[in-house]
Amino acid sequence: MSEANVTMAGEGVALSEGSPFSIPTKKLVMWLFIISDSMTFAAVLVAYGFLRNATPHWPEPFKFSPSIINVMVMTFILITSSLTILIGVRAAKAGDQSKAFPWILITAAGGLIFALLHIHEWLGLINEGVRLLQNPWGSGLFGAAFFSITGLHLLHVTAGVVALVVVGFRYKSGRYNADDVDLLGLYWHFVDIVWMFVVPLVYLLSIARS
Amino acid sequence: MNTTEKQSSGLHRDIVVYLSLLALAALQIIQAYSASGEGRGLAARLLVVAMVQAFIAVLFFMHLKSARSSLVWFVTVFTLFALAAMQYGWTDSFRIIDGVPFAHLH
Repeated sequence: MSEANVTMAGEGVALSEGSPFSIPTKKLVMWLFIISDSMTFAAVLVAYGFLRNATPHWPEPFKFSPSIINVMVMTFILITSSLTILIGVRAAKAGDQSKAFPWILITAAGGLIFALLHIHEWLGLINEGVRLLQNPWGSGLFGAAFFSITGLHLLHVTAGVVALVVVGFRYKSGRYNADDVDLLGLYWHFVDIVWMFVVPLVYLLSIARS
Repeated sequence: MNTTEKQSSGLHRDIVVYLSLLALAALQIIQAYSASGEGRGLAARLLVVAMVQAFIAVLFFMHLKSARSSLVWFVTVFTLFALAAMQYGWTDSFRIIDGVPFAHLH
């Protein structure tokens, strides 16, 4: 207890210590969540790699148009939304609420567009006959792998969009502060980084070559 | 450097990092469609580019570069250890592709 400060409060004794790694506790918790969630995605992607390696006829269905073009647009939107949340966080830390709030909402809009494009892609594949355990091209496990990996990422994006809207409005009303916006920024960058691994492993290794 | 100049230089750096991420994403597309773009070599090359993207995003977008070194070590060691520990199964997957030595097919 060499660095603990003991304070007397009205209702008892409170112990307070310096924050770990000199960051707010909630920021550390967000980092812990990001580390654990990256383990989840890494496990899913490694399992996909193992499965793909061991399966002789893995489908390669992604034509340049429309699939890879769609992926390029989605990647552009997601990376750009990382920049917009960064601008929003910077404005929030500078105390400029009128600038931060619109940038948070622009980020949410980017995430929403990404999600809609993704669902559009899914519907296109389902239309071509891709299901969880069958497809018209090769190993039936392709559908399960594709939908589970991209679905898990889409779930994270959707949750992020909801969080951006909620935190944005609560920040505007004064209930949340710049630290809370910063936390959300960390989560959004994590979602973007995961996509940077999903694109090459799931899409670019399965482009149609004929 | 006053506050406005700091913010401006910070935004300038963010835009440079953003453009770098876009350029690396474009590089992955080019690699995939290049003449040598097939097989395990392609997977390795794409993964290397993805790791570079993740590295600069974590350092600059997530501000780990300006965080305390203890946090950097904490994040790095735990993450890399767990990621490395997941890689034990690859030899099995290659064995399944290339055939188990002395296997008897019925």
